[in-house]
Amino acid sequence: MLFRRLLTDDRGGRLFLAALGVVTVIVPIANLVMPPDSPLHVSTFTVALLGKFLCYALLAIALDLVWGYAGILSLGHGAFFALGGYAMGMHLMRQIGSRGVYGHPELPDFMVFLNWEKLPWYWHGFDMFWFAMLMVVLVPGALAFVFGWLAFRSRVKGVYFSIITQAMTYALMLAFFRNEMGFGGNNGLTDFKDLLGASLQAPSTRVALFVVSAIALAGGYLVCRYIVTSRLGRVLTAIRDSEDRVRFVGFKVEHYKVWVFTVSAMLAGLAGALYVPQVGIINPTEFQPLNSIELVVWVAVGGRGTLYGAALGALAVNYAKSVLTVEFPDAWLFALGALFVIVTLLLPSGVSDAAAAIKRLLARRLRHA
Amino acid sequence: MRETTVTAEPAIGTETASTPIFDPVLGTPDIGQGWILYLDGITVSFDGFKALDGLSLYVDAGELRCVIGPNGAGKTTMMDVITGKTRPDSGVAYFGRRIDLLKLDEPEIASLGIGRKFQKPTVFSGHTVLENLELAGAPRKGVWHALRARMSGEERDRIDEALAIVGLAQHAHRPAGQLSHGQKQWLEIAMLLVQRPQLLLIDEPVAGMTRQETEMTAELLTSLAGKHSVVVVEHDMDFVRSIARKVTVLHEGRVLAEGRMEDIQNDPRVVEVYLGE
Ligand SMILES: Nc1ncnc2c1ncn2[C@@H]1O[C@H](COP(=O)(O)OP(=O)(O)OP(=O)(O)O)[C@@H](O)[C@H]1O
Ligand SMILES: [Mg+2]
Repeated sequence: MLFRRLLTDDRGGRLFLAALGVVTVIVPIANLVMPPDSPLHVSTFTVALLGKFLCYALLAIALDLVWGYAGILSLGHGAFFALGGYAMGMHLMRQIGSRGVYGHPELPDFMVFLNWEKLPWYWHGFDMFWFAMLMVVLVPGALAFVFGWLAFRSRVKGVYFSIITQAMTYALMLAFFRNEMGFGGNNGLTDFKDLLGASLQAPSTRVALFVVSAIALAGGYLVCRYIVTSRLGRVLTAIRDSEDRVRFVGFKVEHYKVWVFTVSAMLAGLAGALYVPQVGIINPTEFQPLNSIELVVWVAVGGRGTLYGAALGALAVNYAKSVLTVEFPDAWLFALGALFVIVTLLLPSGVSDAAAAIKRLLARRLRHA
Repeated sequence: MRETTVTAEPAIGTETASTPIFDPVLGTPDIGQGWILYLDGITVSFDGFKALDGLSLYVDAGELRCVIGPNGAGKTTMMDVITGKTRPDSGVAYFGRRIDLLKLDEPEIASLGIGRKFQKPTVFSGHTVLENLELAGAPRKGVWHALRARMSGEERDRIDEALAIVGLAQHAHRPAGQLSHGQKQWLEIAMLLVQRPQLLLIDEPVAGMTRQETEMTAELLTSLAGKHSVVVVEHDMDFVRSIARKVTVLHEGRVLAEGRMEDIQNDPRVVEVYLGE
């Protein structure tokens, strides 16, 4: 019943989830079961890379929820992703215990190096997995709630909102660069050992993280579908199309915006938390404004307002990026810029639109043939 | 200077108007004293320019009032003040006797039962006609409620009723963006109706409508009066003549004249600024 509502009118979404399911089954088999010399073998490196892409896809869906549906262009979503990542990173640091270089039973290496005597108060509790997971969503959620409440209540919108979100992520980056903040300064958090007792280097852990990322992506997709197919979702699109009208119909526009911005930030935080153990590090560059802009390009490429389009955009652009940065390291930024221009000029609703255009073209061909 | 025959009717609560006993507590408007909308001395200035200059207007419960006036007279600004979009520099605005409109924001005022149709038709173009009405008619407007809400039979009935009144029943599932200009105007009126407002503020309902559409709109608005109080702003004189019982003429942000259409038309000052053109 619920699935009917979520997916009946969503052919793209059904295909997307089916493909995701297939990949989630095949990749672990290809990695763990196929012998390394088999042509069907998928290396652990690739598994981690794919897992990372899935986290990006979840992040893109989170952005599409606020941008594509509510018309709020956040250029600071990378900050929520990074905060979720830091929360996970803090847990992983605490898991190292006395196995650090300095062998301190409680303090992470960088704190010993800074001659700190004891753990800062905000590091307490992160040794517990459940607590860290709670913080993964609560910290980005709380920031988004306060930030959104202040901005939306003062009716900051459009490009002004975008600019202050850039400022927010930039300010956080500067803050996290400082050693005194207690998050490892510019080195960030790294040298993780294990998660829930499983070594992060083990292929099986990599595969497990990949599978969890895929499940989180599918879950995030369904949560967002639930939101956008509800009356709340219709209010959000109405806000995007005619904000004043929504007010005069009696809805508190600010409440809706804050709500969706917060939910989206929580999803972004979750994506960041899954990302960190797979890449093995989180540092302040994750906050850099450019990251948030890249994220917008993924969603624009995939087509906003479809959710699955955003996920596909993230996968496609990041695949292209991983190829291009190996072949032509300097060309990536230009390629990204060009991509953005092409998408905004030619495909205002992104690749999902292009797919429809190609289908129309093929249909015409077939008719003429 | 000759006092015009068409100043505000003295019958409208003159004794109480100077010392109104308003209770700021929210609630249904107490219309025991006759008027549903009470504006007094409203002044709005934009960078020194006075769009409204001591405007006073009293509308009776169940009345159909037409407001006319040349471009820039302040008609839309008046609606902005009533609906909470613009805060006046001075003056008072009450809904009924007890509700101070100047203390409330747009959604609160809308929820009290003041519905507004904009000068430029604004509907949710990405949504179907039905969805437009669903949102407008939603009895509870909170976020968490909206997440789980489903349309009740009662809501659906109300929507069907409104669709029938404006004649859009067969278009219920079309995206609102595809409707003709006139149909959008009607959809917007239907959106007002499902909100069950006590007071409807309607800004230029027949702009861009065909003759026939205009006549239907006139009929519709006339039928609404009595059940609701209606304030209509309109430029189309034939239209105003066809529905008007009482007309207020605005000029340069204040009331120039008020009274029956026949009297208004013969008022030399009104003829000078407006009708003569
Ligand atoms: N936000 C604003 N900023 C500056 N000036 C404004 C603003 N809104 C309205 N005005 C000015 O106030 C005056 C009254 O405008 P208003 O829209 O109320 O007129 P109107 O009677 O509705 O005219 P029309 O018949 O053209 O709709 C106009 O001169 C307009 O230019
Ligand atoms: Mg106007």
